[in-house]
Amino acid sequence: MANGTANGTGNSDAVLRVNDLKISFKTYAGEVQAVRGASFDLRQGETLAIVGESGSGKSVAARSIMRLNPEANTIVRGGEILFDGDDLLKLPEKRMQRIRGPKIAMVFQDPMTSLDPTMRVGRQITESLKKHLGLSGRRATERAVELLKMVGIPNAEERVKQYPHQFSGGMRQRVVIAIALSCEPEVLIADEPTTALDVTIQAQILGLMRDLQERIGTSIILITHDLGVVASVADRVAVMYSGKVVETGTVREIFYQPKMPYTWGLLASIPLLTADSSLELIPIPGSPPDALDPPKGCPFTARCQYAMKVCSEEMPAYTSFSSEHEAACWLQHDMAPKVEPPARIGGR
Amino acid sequence: MTAQSPNGDPNGSPGEDQNGRASDAPVLLEIKDLKKHFRVGRESLKAVDGISLEIKRGETFGLVGESGCGKSTAGRVLVRLYEPSGGSIVYNGEDISYVKGDEAKVLNRKLQMIFQDPQASLNPRMTVGDIIAEGIDIHNLAEDRKGRLDRVHELLKTVGLSEEHANRFPHEFSGGQRQRIGVARALAVDPEFIVADEPVSALDVSIQAQVINLLKKLQREKNLTYLFISHDLSVVKYISDRVGVMYLGVMVEKTVSDKLYDDPLHPYTQALLSAVPVPDPDVEHERERIVLEGDVPSPVNPPSGCRFRTRCPHVMDVCAEIVPEMREIKPDHFTACHLYYDARAEQRESQTATAG
Repeated sequence: MANGTANGTGNSDAVLRVNDLKISFKTYAGEVQAVRGASFDLRQGETLAIVGESGSGKSVAARSIMRLNPEANTIVRGGEILFDGDDLLKLPEKRMQRIRGPKIAMVFQDPMTSLDPTMRVGRQITESLKKHLGLSGRRATERAVELLKMVGIPNAEERVKQYPHQFSGGMRQRVVIAIALSCEPEVLIADEPTTALDVTIQAQILGLMRDLQERIGTSIILITHDLGVVASVADRVAVMYSGKVVETGTVREIFYQPKMPYTWGLLASIPLLTADSSLELIPIPGSPPDALDPPKGCPFTARCQYAMKVCSEEMPAYTSFSSEHEAACWLQHDMAPKVEPPARIGGR
Repeated sequence: MTAQSPNGDPNGSPGEDQNGRASDAPVLLEIKDLKKHFRVGRESLKAVDGISLEIKRGETFGLVGESGCGKSTAGRVLVRLYEPSGGSIVYNGEDISYVKGDEAKVLNRKLQMIFQDPQASLNPRMTVGDIIAEGIDIHNLAEDRKGRLDRVHELLKTVGLSEEHANRFPHEFSGGQRQRIGVARALAVDPEFIVADEPVSALDVSIQAQVINLLKKLQREKNLTYLFISHDLSVVKYISDRVGVMYLGVMVEKTVSDKLYDDPLHPYTQALLSAVPVPDPDVEHERERIVLEGDVPSPVNPPSGCRFRTRCPHVMDVCAEIVPEMREIKPDHFTACHLYYDARAEQRESQTATAG
């Protein structure tokens, strides 16, 4: 009942749809259930932020779209990822190679490890241009220079001949973005793209991503734990916890009318620049459940101050609050007590 | 927006004397023109190039800045993990800049440090009990084995862990719990002063708040003094009484926490504050951001004059010629910037004065 109903309203303009995705990993300790039935869709030209803490399954879900999880120990327990009429989970690897890069591209957190330190930056950009767009060597190099200019790297003609270690962290991330956007993909998955960067550089990169999205029309899935970044760039938000999407909505709905106590907790525990610092932060007590043995009911039960008996027994269904806004919480049931979110959040 | 403690925490009358207490307290630590240069081949990397600050007993001084600005090096020089290259550190009236041997050991009891990465700062082959008790052993603070164990148990409880955790190993804990172990280890020798270097940066937000609240509670109970180093301006605001902003090895602005955030004077502080994304979509969409161009220059060859001039939106000719002095521009609000005083005119005046 609870499965696969997120975004059940069905939006025809979705470029990518993830339905009830279940991904596990084999480990010596047992089966780690990283994603346990996550559903979300990505619409044309929008930025969807997937937020959650470490271990919530947000990166695994994103990497499943690209089929980048280690093949040897990944088990697909169910679900589908629909893109261009195909289920990416079932596509043969040969066809997947024609999607990975030109159609769906990815930017990772650490720009040092996603670039080859022994290869000139130019060659790393032209690689996909030659392979996927069939450009000649000279034409590809010209295009690489254009791309570096587009992502704001000064002196691009010289820079294409340099190695990654000659670039600063922010510059490297610009190069990674240039590579990702080189074939003008329909979907860009950015996994914590600014987490390793300083705030002033982060502001540059987020601004760059916004400009490029307007120019190329790429739809973006942004994976982050930083709610400030979410507020600044996302159109819609999916909140993940323990492998499940527990709430989705527009960015304003999630920040101003959140419905799920986990979302409340996330919002109340961040220190704000604008808040009075003499007030205590409200942490979420405890820590997330063990993915080796996830709880049967709502995964947030053990940390939830409003938990009821039913919460630990059965996963709640999604309740819709608007065409976009859904949350999975037993508090929304008719028989549940009416609970107000903490005073610090919402209120608009 | 107001926050309420949902559990009605009795200790939660937060920060009641946050500023009041700090302002009457005596100065515990004073740094003057502190420098730390590292040799890189034939050149020298000026990681910290002359910073001065005072920290009063029971106060938290927040040191903020981006990576490479020298904030962590400054913290490490303070606890004497590095020898300073110049300047002085006066602790409780005593110059500790170059102490060695037994004197340094005595000092180690008073000055402790909490590190950023709780995974890397705990020895994976030692039990948590032994990690916490290391300082107790070194300084002979326990009379016997039972006394040592009691102290470990007490410390574990202080930081919100339980007694049975003493026999486990670091890998059995989550990031937040490991950071609590790091705090317990620092507290084991009853320090007066703790340098906390990015103590919550590796943690998730919900866990981050647990550790921040713990640090605040311990400060209230034990009258601890903190130097809190972080790149996260929101966290620093939350915990600090006073804040110093560093850029490329120098301090550019220094004042009480609220003044810095309400009325930043230095263009770098202004840009830094405007770059922090606020978790509020409406505010974010209306905000005008000061986006700085380019990257931080190399600390091996810092720019002449003001070090921020290569990225400063208000740069003037004088900025390349004269190093701006740290001055009190508003009451208790210091900044080093040519926008706030006429360095050239003063130079001319002093020249005519000496000439005449």
